[in-house]
Amino acid sequence: MILTRETLINLVLAALLLAVPFMADALGQPFYITLATRIAILALAATGLNLALGLGGLVSFGHAAFFGIGGYVAGILAAHAFSGDPLLFGLSGTKQMWVIWIVAAILSGLVGLAIGAISLRTSGVYFIMITLAFAQMVYYFAISWPAYGGEDGLSILVRNQFPGVNTMRPLTFFLICYVVLLAALGLFALIRASRFGTALQAARQNEVRVATVGIQPYRIRLTGFAISAAVTGLAGALFADLNRFVSPSMLSWHMSGELIVLIILGGTGRLFGPLAGAALYVIFEYALGGLTERWQFFLGLILLVVVLFARGGLLGLLAGKAKHG
Amino acid sequence: MTLALALEQLLNGLQLGVMLFLMAAGLTLIFGVMGLINLAHGSLYMVGAFACATVAAWTGSFWIGLVASLAAAAAAGALVELVVIRRLYDRDHLDQVLATFALILMFSEGTRWLFGSFPLYLDIPPLLQGAVALPGGTEYPVYRLAIIAAGAVVAFGLYMLISRTRLGMRIRAGESDREMIGALGVDIRTLYTVVFALGAALAGLAGAMVGALQSVQVGMGEPVLILAFVVIVIGGIGSIKGALLGALLVGVTDTMGRFLLPKILALFVAPAQAGMIGGAAASMLIYIVMAVILAVKPRGLFPAAHA
Amino acid sequence: MKKMLAAATLALSMSTAGMAFAEPLKIGMITTLSGGGAGLGIDTRDGFMLAIKNAGNKDITVVTEDDAQKPELAVQIADKMIQSDKVDILTGIVWSNLLMAVAPSAVAQGKFYVSTNAAPAALAGANCNKLYFNAAYQNDNLHEAMGEYANKGYKKMFILAPNYPAGKDSLTGFKRYYKGQLAAEVYTQVGQTDYAAEIAQMRASGADGIFVFLPGGMGIAFMKQFAQSGVKIPVMGPGFSFSQDVLPAIGDAAIGAKASGQWAPDFDNAASKKFLADFQKEYNRLPSIYAVQAYDAAQLIVAAASKASVKNADAFGAELKKADIQSPRGKFKFNTNQHPIQDIYLTEVIKQNGVITNKTVEKIFSDHGDAYAKDCKI
Repeated sequence: MILTRETLINLVLAALLLAVPFMADALGQPFYITLATRIAILALAATGLNLALGLGGLVSFGHAAFFGIGGYVAGILAAHAFSGDPLLFGLSGTKQMWVIWIVAAILSGLVGLAIGAISLRTSGVYFIMITLAFAQMVYYFAISWPAYGGEDGLSILVRNQFPGVNTMRPLTFFLICYVVLLAALGLFALIRASRFGTALQAARQNEVRVATVGIQPYRIRLTGFAISAAVTGLAGALFADLNRFVSPSMLSWHMSGELIVLIILGGTGRLFGPLAGAALYVIFEYALGGLTERWQFFLGLILLVVVLFARGGLLGLLAGKAKHG
Repeated sequence: MTLALALEQLLNGLQLGVMLFLMAAGLTLIFGVMGLINLAHGSLYMVGAFACATVAAWTGSFWIGLVASLAAAAAAGALVELVVIRRLYDRDHLDQVLATFALILMFSEGTRWLFGSFPLYLDIPPLLQGAVALPGGTEYPVYRLAIIAAGAVVAFGLYMLISRTRLGMRIRAGESDREMIGALGVDIRTLYTVVFALGAALAGLAGAMVGALQSVQVGMGEPVLILAFVVIVIGGIGSIKGALLGALLVGVTDTMGRFLLPKILALFVAPAQAGMIGGAAASMLIYIVMAVILAVKPRGLFPAAHA
Repeated sequence: MKKMLAAATLALSMSTAGMAFAEPLKIGMITTLSGGGAGLGIDTRDGFMLAIKNAGNKDITVVTEDDAQKPELAVQIADKMIQSDKVDILTGIVWSNLLMAVAPSAVAQGKFYVSTNAAPAALAGANCNKLYFNAAYQNDNLHEAMGEYANKGYKKMFILAPNYPAGKDSLTGFKRYYKGQLAAEVYTQVGQTDYAAEIAQMRASGADGIFVFLPGGMGIAFMKQFAQSGVKIPVMGPGFSFSQDVLPAIGDAAIGAKASGQWAPDFDNAASKKFLADFQKEYNRLPSIYAVQAYDAAQLIVAAASKASVKNADAFGAELKKADIQSPRGKFKFNTNQHPIQDIYLTEVIKQNGVITNKTVEKIFSDHGDAYAKDCKI
């Protein structure tokens, strides 16, 4: 494997993200571990979207739906485990993280399949709008559903468990999220290099040509969309555990917009784009929020400047033009 | 349920539809002619409302405030177009979404910076206050009727503009083939600025008119923005006719839904529950309608043929 | 030499004894300072800081941050304040959903939470906690008061609230005390701006009174539209629907509306007059109930800090519970679940010297607690 500039930067980013929490732990500043964990989880969510958006060119403005579904799966399963009430068909809740992850990913993937099946019949701005519409439907449903807190949201009083470790320790939970993120990045790289991924990217670039070769763009895109939904759903479950809280705001269109922002900030379609973008965004939010009450204005200004002048995001600036796809 | 109540609700739906049309018309023009998704349209709506409130408080006249709202929104639109939007025409939708999303953040916080966090006062002019009697024995607010009338006038005016004037001809040509009209010597850049400012003015007018009826506060444009996008997608992007029909459909569906669904559900469950579930279902209804329409007609009801 | 040593030791021990009552206390205020709901957060912060300033205690520091009405941001800020800034007390959250995200976790980490507004039932009953105090009310209280008031002369009420937990609690609270008939119980969307459909239903319902809980922009929109509609049924609501931060935006349309509240600007006790004068001098506007609640929360903390150290949770909690303050509301004490027992009044919106504000009419409840205290086992 050639050590391109991009690969080097990727390694540096991964190393930095790993190092900062350890340093924070040593210095007795657990808050920065929480920040790093937030970066890792948002990067995971954005990686899911990157599969659909970066590779497939599908601008989904409704990925918050999957993020929120994953979060609610975690919250609901934990709540039922806590109270002991049976959930569905006599099954009880669970507080085991890995079970929750599997359920979150599968459920999000299935919902992604359903939403994609209808949405992918449209294209362009219609696709953007219909994904937004579906996310809004899920959002309004969650707000109005009284059993799980509605607008107030759902608290997870004690973080869910992972066998063998104490998840309440910030550093431990960070490492869990970090490993999951790396696994997802590995999946992304694998998909991108595979025949499936190539077809997906080809469909983004020239749909007609792909069809003439005998591949159905619709099927490829639908599969890609469902996988993308599953990954983002997994991130949602982790996010719920981080905050020990789930709320409908995870489903709002602002969240969908934020996920897109993360990808563009970092570099669309790049492997580590979501991570770079998430790091930039969280750091901006934290640094600016500490400086001024008007921080949202400056955040908007910075985003605007990035879009207008820094095409290709942070990685585009640092690593030059993408060499692949 | 009486005829009078049904009639009143129908008028309410029409009024909501008309207000959405004002927003959607600008949005669909901008997208149809320039191929640009403008998320900041809701912010221009807000600018119009704030301008009207400020000038009305200063001069004591709502009508002057209304003129001010048109001017301010158009000016803001033109400025934004010159500084930001111009650079986005060649970019893909993704970049446009992000850039205009950034503009929303800046407009919202900037407005709060200038005007403070408390809602502003804007009242209906004395001429349009109160209610009139309708056939069927009910009363209906004069101001809402005025909004319906204003919407009709704007719709007619736009139709005249698009179909009978030179500017309209260029707009239609631009929707068909952007490159061609440039090649034919039409000054595209000025055309685009004019169209953007026109769309902005429409949004500002909507903001001012509705602001008198609701509240003038930061972020007031966002819920309307989403609905406006739903409208233009249902109607077909680029089509004013589609925007009008889509807006009326959405307005009436939403109003009648909020009114009828709880009643229908009350036949099956307790009233309090019917209220809650009905309310939830009503808020999801418009999106369900949009999804169904798009499933059947993926480019909306009246897709404009465009390059 | 020995005498000097003894004298020095005595002096030192006396000064350290004095220092025990002057220990540094750090307060973390998380409130909404941006976005549509910022008016309430700004009043909260201003009321709180006024009391802190008046107290002049140099050992008390307040760190303030904006939650932008987002629960996950509030959780993040709370984590930072507890872990990084090492605050001892958290306060300031306006909205019940944000409070539910922050308070249980904060008290689980051993920090006090003194609420300046949000008072969900979930924290007032079985899940109460000895570190959680509420200086405002319990969410249902103001609605209960209106329910009680409506018993006098309103036979058929039309009640309306947004479809979220605080809205549902509001109608539950109203119905708990109202004995008459309900013409309708309607739930609107949170953030809904157009109430034409609901007003039409009110017109057709045959009700003789309307109760609405619509805080912030929702209330402004509703009242303006209602005034235009020609419907003549009297409107009433809890204090939030007609609070000082939204009255100027509603304008004349609000005049005559009845509301319930623990305080109005025309209260004539000394503490209220002083508070009103200080607030207007400092901030050049009339305070709302949110400012009063925050002012009292700060007073409670300051009073407790002068008697006990926050590091000794039991002692500090006991001092807080004594509620040894002069509240602009008049009588103020804590119930067993550490929520207030206070009087609740009927107010009416009037225009005085060109300014729209609330005037006190009569007392509805004396020494009113809440319906959940009996489940609390502190």
